[in-house]
Amino acid sequence: MQPFTTLTGIAVPLLQDDINTDQITPINRNMNPDWAALLFANARKRPDGSDDPDFPLNRPQFRKPSILVTGCNFGCGSSREGAVWAMIATGIRCIVARSFADIYRENCLQNGLLPVELAPADSAAFEARVRAADGAAPFRVDLQTQSISGPGGPDLAFEMPAADRMRLIEGLDDIGLTLKHAQDIAAWEERTCGALPWLQTASDSRR
Amino acid sequence: MAQTLFDKIWDAHLVARRADGRDLIYIDRHVLHELHAPHAFKKLEEAQRAVRRPDLTFSVQDHTVSTQPGRDDTTNAQSTPFLQAMRAGSAKNGIKLFDIGDPEQGISHVVAPELGMVLPGATHAVPDSHACTVGGLGALAFGCGTTELEHILATQVIALKRPKRMRIRVEGRLGPHVTAKDVALRIIAQVGIAGGRGHAVEYAGSAVRAMSIESRLTLCNLAIEMGARSGFVAPDETTFAWLAGRPWAPQGRQWDMALAHWGTLASDDDAQFDRDVTLDCGELEPQITWGTDPSQVVGVTGRVPELASVEPGQEAAYRRALDYMGLTPGMAVAGLPVNRVFIGSCTNSRLPDLEAAAAVVRGRHVAAGVVAMVVPGSSTVKREAEAAGLDQVFRAAGFFWGESGCSMCAGGNGDRGEAGERCVSTTNRNFEGRQGKGVRTHLVSPATAAATAIAGRIVDVRQMVTGAA
Repeated sequence: MQPFTTLTGIAVPLLQDDINTDQITPINRNMNPDWAALLFANARKRPDGSDDPDFPLNRPQFRKPSILVTGCNFGCGSSREGAVWAMIATGIRCIVARSFADIYRENCLQNGLLPVELAPADSAAFEARVRAADGAAPFRVDLQTQSISGPGGPDLAFEMPAADRMRLIEGLDDIGLTLKHAQDIAAWEERTCGALPWLQTASDSRR
Repeated sequence: MAQTLFDKIWDAHLVARRADGRDLIYIDRHVLHELHAPHAFKKLEEAQRAVRRPDLTFSVQDHTVSTQPGRDDTTNAQSTPFLQAMRAGSAKNGIKLFDIGDPEQGISHVVAPELGMVLPGATHAVPDSHACTVGGLGALAFGCGTTELEHILATQVIALKRPKRMRIRVEGRLGPHVTAKDVALRIIAQVGIAGGRGHAVEYAGSAVRAMSIESRLTLCNLAIEMGARSGFVAPDETTFAWLAGRPWAPQGRQWDMALAHWGTLASDDDAQFDRDVTLDCGELEPQITWGTDPSQVVGVTGRVPELASVEPGQEAAYRRALDYMGLTPGMAVAGLPVNRVFIGSCTNSRLPDLEAAAAVVRGRHVAAGVVAMVVPGSSTVKREAEAAGLDQVFRAAGFFWGESGCSMCAGGNGDRGEAGERCVSTTNRNFEGRQGKGVRTHLVSPATAAATAIAGRIVDVRQMVTGAA
């Protein structure tokens, strides 16, 4: 996983609540899709198939965004991880939301995409700064110091649990971390074989 | 100390706590599907890692399969690579696959319970957000992403932060043609689509106790629609009777041991929940979504909300939903003409769902101009429905009777509507574009869907069926 330390780039505002993963990436029926083309594929197009020039990601100043700024419960719905891969394929490495859906936040952490929740008191002011900047000047996100800086106001602090911060900064292999506990896993299996044996075997009784 | 059922299951599956503070929770049964597993198989192979417990892992073909009679790999050209990669990856890793043509193929959340792979107090993972469905049997289930799926394949554990606990008590006796689906929609309307975020939800109360297992599966299926990754019902005699004799459930002495353990699986009387919600559903009428998220719900005799009733800050979302759905404030929902009706999905495709729909349809015909489909949740359900003659009831009425799979729920197999069409559906998500770009989805129970197909417009099933309400 690509480590995340700092990020400087254009912040694009998409200020709606409850944006779901069907909106972020409509269901994909191609084994190896162009993930960037799938990002908000429905919302980006008008009914006649042409680009909607008013959709934020279609506006010239937001063609190469690094940070997405959005509302509450971002990424609700389906667990599809493509909704994170499409962000990364577009160059978005940080999402600043009022809150995230549980599975989406997890999928972000698994892919080195930084999910930032600002304190409620800071959200509206930050969103206003992003709108005012309108892609003309970059914002900078620093995960080491847990702060965002940029045009229109003072640096803003955000909270990220130490465990999640460590994983992102070091770009740790999550499976590798867990495999350090291989002995614990084997011990659990052995205990369970004795105490709750039906959990450790699965077989078709008709065969 | 008094414990909730959630705590009992979590603690029994706690393998270790990682240095980063995450709990490693053992996964007793892991069920994969072809839309996401092939990617994880590939990553695993690149990392030269093996599947730790192929004997506790199962594969199904459900998301992309054609529902056409006589289907094969090529019926749906876009699906072919998914089906073949799933077959190859499952064989290579020694994982039992319920393939197209297998008499027990179907939607994972239907197949795993009906075969007895899901057990009370067991943990369950699927790379699909509706994994929570199987909580209806008292299992603790986690929907997950593709990287987490790869993690579970390699380690048989999932690394999680312990969620908070929420209890939702549903009281009262449900009226005729009022179902678990209606209860679940009412709960989401009350709690909100983010109300369960960060929580594991235990459903309790007299109405839940009175529900069949199939109804509990429907109830738990919609836990994710309020943001809860896991939802479950404590197992009871209904659960044990339903599981007894299922082919993959424990047998003989192991069954007796399991039964003794399962009797302990309840929240202690004085256990504390982080949040407690109670609903009385004694007066509940059939429910229907009017908007573009599953919390935008009214009774079927109700009206689209007026702006004045919308919570502050939600006005823009409200207007957007109205615009997408082609509705105006205050209009009655009943009477809206529909183009499509879909009965199926992991929410409502089990035998009792099809029986409820068939009871409404019998002797009637789908309205002119309406495309109506029934897609059984599994090949087993399909066979049982056919043995009971339900397929004849649906076919005679003008419904398409399909092969089992996820079908129009997410359209991963190409079963979709056309832009602007109004679709009444027994599925779980009325999101913009979910059933096809521009399709206007209303979520309902199977009985309401069946009645709507017959009338050609949204109706109160109680008025269509003699002797009710």
